[in-house]
Amino acid sequence: MKLLPLVWRNFGRRKTRTAFTLLSIVVAFILFGYLSAIDVAFSFGVDILGADRLITYHKVSLVQLLPYSYQDRIAAIPGVKDVATAVWFGGVYQDPKNFIAQIAVEPERFLRVYDEFVLPAEQKRAWLEDRTGCIVGRKTAERFGFKIGDRIPIQGTFYRKSDGSSLWEVTVRGIYAGAKSGVDETQLFFHYKYLDEAREHSQGETGWFTLRIDDPERAADVARAVDTTFANSSYETKTSTEKAFVQGFANQLGNISAILEAVMLAVFFTILLVAGNTMAQSVRERTAELAVLKTLGFSDGAVLGFVLTESLLLSALGGALGLLVGWLLITVGGDPTGGLLAVFFFPATDVARGVLFVVLLGLASGVLPALQARRLAIPDALRRTGA
Amino acid sequence: MSALAQLLAVTAIHLRSLPQRLGSSAAAAIGVAGVVATMVAVLAIAEGFEAALSGSGARDTAIVLRSGSDTEMSSLLTLEDARVIADGPGVRHSPAGPLTSAELFVVVDVPKRSTGTAANVPLRGVEPAALQIRRDLRVVAGRAFEPGRNEILAGVGAAQQFADLEIGSTHRWSGTEWTVVGHFSSGGTLWESELWCDARVLQPLYRRGSTVQSVYVQLESPAGFAAFKDALTSDPRLDVKVMLEETYFAEQSEALHTVITSLGFFIATLMGVGAVFGAVNTMYSAVASRTREIATLRALGFGAGPVVVSVLAESTLIALAGGVAGGLAAQLAFDGYRTSTLNWSSFSQVTFAFDVTPALLALGVAWAIGMGLLGGLLPAWRAARLPVAQALREL
Repeated sequence: MKLLPLVWRNFGRRKTRTAFTLLSIVVAFILFGYLSAIDVAFSFGVDILGADRLITYHKVSLVQLLPYSYQDRIAAIPGVKDVATAVWFGGVYQDPKNFIAQIAVEPERFLRVYDEFVLPAEQKRAWLEDRTGCIVGRKTAERFGFKIGDRIPIQGTFYRKSDGSSLWEVTVRGIYAGAKSGVDETQLFFHYKYLDEAREHSQGETGWFTLRIDDPERAADVARAVDTTFANSSYETKTSTEKAFVQGFANQLGNISAILEAVMLAVFFTILLVAGNTMAQSVRERTAELAVLKTLGFSDGAVLGFVLTESLLLSALGGALGLLVGWLLITVGGDPTGGLLAVFFFPATDVARGVLFVVLLGLASGVLPALQARRLAIPDALRRTGA
Repeated sequence: MSALAQLLAVTAIHLRSLPQRLGSSAAAAIGVAGVVATMVAVLAIAEGFEAALSGSGARDTAIVLRSGSDTEMSSLLTLEDARVIADGPGVRHSPAGPLTSAELFVVVDVPKRSTGTAANVPLRGVEPAALQIRRDLRVVAGRAFEPGRNEILAGVGAAQQFADLEIGSTHRWSGTEWTVVGHFSSGGTLWESELWCDARVLQPLYRRGSTVQSVYVQLESPAGFAAFKDALTSDPRLDVKVMLEETYFAEQSEALHTVITSLGFFIATLMGVGAVFGAVNTMYSAVASRTREIATLRALGFGAGPVVVSVLAESTLIALAGGVAGGLAAQLAFDGYRTSTLNWSSFSQVTFAFDVTPALLALGVAWAIGMGLLGGLLPAWRAARLPVAQALREL
């Protein structure tokens, strides 16, 4: 396109204005990136969960414990492929501010059911062999500088050892990573056996069960079969898909995240509005020049394209830079609360959504002036500015 | 002409021409308003949450947990412990005995009204003195539960946020039927988020045997706390942690408060940067449109100072208008808005109201003024350095 150099020269005409318009678009899209990441954080990555997992927990509340013996009975239910149990330990590492989710599991079953946790084979072997061993997520290992072989003292709050001490020590035997983005890489997993044998109360009890089922289509049937098995016992259960479970948990946080997101979205569009207005204004100021172009013989369509190209190019530059910087900040810098949000990343679908907004911004801010430019009657336009 | 008179004259001329640039000024003001409204709204969440928790703690009430426990949820005490604690020094007595309440804290699933999905609602088993220990507590509808019966007294916050807590409705937990017999209020504090019942009927139900989780103690005076704490922690029969209720609840709110305020400030800063860029552009075009005017003034002998101040005044005024509008919008839309969320430290729901405090509004306006000054700085600098002769020739 012949006019491209002219578009480029126009950017340089009012350098400061171009720069600040560009910068506000960049900031708007960085904000958009954080908006997406916060949304993911508050929904606990519910979108990436497989549909073939169910969670069984105490009917009264997740906090109540279930008998460990349920594990074999659940495994025997038709449609259940595998089952793993877990207990929330809830201890404190040095200071309550250093929150780490510590969960007691049976390593082999756990790694079978949760195949999104990737652990090198030799680390897995080391963990299986050490009853007081544990594995920690990559993010937590980075946050506290944990290395393989480190001993981590955890102060039990709910659980004490039968000798009365509340100090539990675990040794890091592996550092796991998520198989895909969105997997929680902040937890610490240690042996259920270690917990159960040493604790002073609640022996033989466990927190919840995660079931892997053969056919996601039959999830509702399997869930009903599990709950029927334990109906009218003193430990009744409630079973739901992992997705529904996590969604329910996210709902518990309430509309705080919804409000946060709504307001941020409003600001995102406000910044775009201001930037768009400036872009449109800069075209309006040049009415006379567009008339000159037409006088020189450029067609109406060419002038329309010229104006649209300018706004699209500016929003594309700003948008691309904003999305890139946003992605870098989120991926490298992590979440702004310093590790309290377990899942924090910029999902690819939202990047795509961002690109769509970039195009829309370019079109929206350019289309009106562009149409005006196309309709421009040369004598009027030349006269209007008194040039 | 004195410097001050110059300054006022130039600023007045400048501001009077503001209506000519209404469009772009309004756009900049809206940008600032959005930033301030967001910041105030987000911080109002944190304020409201903190107010609900810290308002719950009295300065003359102590909470006793097992040592090493951070929350009632993870604590465990025997009834024998509770008796020793009630005998502690400085405990206030009523005609019925010491004002202490050994309590159980469990969580039950109750559907949330807004989503229909189950939420962790706290169910607290209390002793009779509990209603006297929390002084703000009033039964506002129905009646209190009767000792020994499976009856529930629901907080008004819980009754509003969660389904099926009307008086007369029943719930089945662990094979036992519970009836809601009344609602209580406690001045917007944490207790309103809870369901209360008799501790003795809750104990067997949750297989807690003869254990409790916490003991609340009303002291004769706040000054007696140190002696009470020392006596308990040095008692060989006990292994406990003694805290003022006030301190305990302040610690409880810390995690969520940190998350919300750090997110709030982070977002507000990022948005503020965007709004400043918008303001810079607006002011640049304001200066550009008045180039000849400013040059004329300079030629007449007006100093650079008044010109700088007039540009800064305009940008600050625009931002201030935006800031006030944004603050008011947040106040109107969110102040007093009731919602509930999961308190991460007790793993149970807390209902609370957004609290747009005067301090937050002031912070919002201060933020707006800051954005206005930053946005006006570069354009003002440009206006002051305009070469007079060249500017007069322009256009």
